[in-house]
Amino acid sequence: MPVAYFLVLSALLFSIGVYGVLARQHAVLVLLSVELMLNAANINLVAFSAMLGEAGVPGQVFALFVIAVAAAEVGVGLAIVILIYRNRRSVDIDEMSLMKW
Amino acid sequence: MADTYLQVIFWAFFALMAIAGIRVVTTRNVIHAALYLVATLLGAASMYVLLYAEFVAWVQVLVYVGAVVVLMLFGLMLTRAPIGSANFDNNQRLVGAVCAGLLFAVTSFIMVGAFEGQEIDFTGTEGTKVQSIGEAIFSIYVLPFEIVSVLLLAALVGAVVISRRDEGRVDS
Repeated sequence: MPVAYFLVLSALLFSIGVYGVLARQHAVLVLLSVELMLNAANINLVAFSAMLGEAGVPGQVFALFVIAVAAAEVGVGLAIVILIYRNRRSVDIDEMSLMKW
Repeated sequence: MADTYLQVIFWAFFALMAIAGIRVVTTRNVIHAALYLVATLLGAASMYVLLYAEFVAWVQVLVYVGAVVVLMLFGLMLTRAPIGSANFDNNQRLVGAVCAGLLFAVTSFIMVGAFEGQEIDFTGTEGTKVQSIGEAIFSIYVLPFEIVSVLLLAALVGAVVISRRDEGRVDS
């Protein structure tokens, strides 16, 4: 099976995630789009790992690290979203201009 | 012959992931978006199974589907922010679609050109053994592993500190 199939799938998922980050206003939806992009990267890593056979074990190790870091990112991101909602009664990221000069 | 079956399975899950992924970024209901994300993540897990990476597939199911999406749904319920029927898109939708389309065209063109003719050979493989992953993590990659542990701890403590209510402050 050509490895390019998996790379095209990963490019598609990444582009969908980019669209979501650019076009969504709800903070949680932006976080979901970021998850899509991280998964696209993971599919690439595992596909290359399978292509390399026994030498490709580090690809799967890196995929596991990406999953762990994504879990940490979601935890902190949701805590920030909850705090912003509590203070401003809104999760609209276009209104979060507090730190903008 | 076996390769044909694999390709049929691959394209079926490709279609599932493409449809569910597009629904994640276009649906008008946040809960639906999270559930479509579950479908996309399960599709990714099935891709890992297809690539003989069972351990990564099960970690994906446990951590992503089991923890991350549940955390998202909890976040939505805790914020009581509007979850449906409102318009969640800003006015950059066209720009976003053009950017994403261009990105997809360029990256897939480059990737297909760069890895043309490179095949994944499934004949005779039994998949990556968990033993070899564990050996890699605890020998070569032990330092990144420890750093990830500390990062997870810091994120956990940070999330608790950020989201808890201040004591002694009167909340309206």
